[in-house]
Amino acid sequence: MSNVGIVIVSHSPLVAEGTADMVRQMVGDEVPLAWCGGNGHGGLGTNVEAIMGAIDRAWSEAGVAILVDLGGAETNSEMAVEMIGEPRSQKIIVCNAPIVEGAVMAATESSGGASLKEVVATAHELSPS
Amino acid sequence: MAALNLAGLITAAADTIAEHAEELTALDQAIGDGDHGLNMKRGFEAVRAEADMFAAKPLPEALKAIGTKLVMTVGGASGPLFGTLFMALGKEISAEPDRTNLTAAFGKAIEAVAARGKSQVGQKTMLDVLQPVHDALVEGKTGSEIADVADTAAKATVPMKALRGRASFLGERSIGHMDAGARSTALLVRTIVETLERQP
Repeated sequence: MSNVGIVIVSHSPLVAEGTADMVRQMVGDEVPLAWCGGNGHGGLGTNVEAIMGAIDRAWSEAGVAILVDLGGAETNSEMAVEMIGEPRSQKIIVCNAPIVEGAVMAATESSGGASLKEVVATAHELSPS
Repeated sequence: MAALNLAGLITAAADTIAEHAEELTALDQAIGDGDHGLNMKRGFEAVRAEADMFAAKPLPEALKAIGTKLVMTVGGASGPLFGTLFMALGKEISAEPDRTNLTAAFGKAIEAVAARGKSQVGQKTMLDVLQPVHDALVEGKTGSEIADVADTAAKATVPMKALRGRASFLGERSIGHMDAGARSTALLVRTIVETLERQP
């Protein structure tokens, strides 16, 4: 796929899946989309291996934008990007945006064929500077 | 420095974390999400399970591999933070480090942890133990002195207000509790220096 991929990372699998459902309903199937949530042991949390898997599933040569909820999701997502390594890591950006609104807006932008930079900028507009 | 018995170090570190898992969890329950002891135990048991494989590698590669294993198994925010510490240490350390190289590598590893957590000293985190330990290394302190520095530094997080991590949501209420990550870091420092001093 040539559209930018969207990855949703929440501490809660229910939040992540629900956010992905909203993206699908509003944007359709044009955008590569994947989500992950939970600590991998049945509890709330995020884990690097699951995030790396979600990035693989949503992978696009146009790049991948990651939307996260709380701090640990951001730390783990940045770790996942680093472990994926270059050259792919240069095309993956962890967005500073609210997870639900950010995912919907980023996916909408992506579905129109926008670049990774444009997709991320759209998500970032949702955060107070 | 004599050849390092890395398998012995791993065993000692995993024993320490296992012995203190409940204490670490109790600390984390006070101001975090209460999984630190369990998470650290899971990670260090995973490293222990492959201790011989790690020990067979040159020290830099062994530390990088241990860091990667911790990232993948500890979970939470501690996985990337402790994992980054070991991975960065592995990147900077030489195969047979002297104190100068170890100190420099440790300093770089602390910078990597600070960058990963977007944190700095004074915010009630593991950095509040790592930095004084680095200072003690620079000052030429002995192993037991360094272990004491680490314990004192962990205790010094009690009156601090958390500015990073889950505990920061509690604001003023985080004051009066020791940071769980600072405690686990101090435990590991003591275990490592005491094990090194016992090794021939």
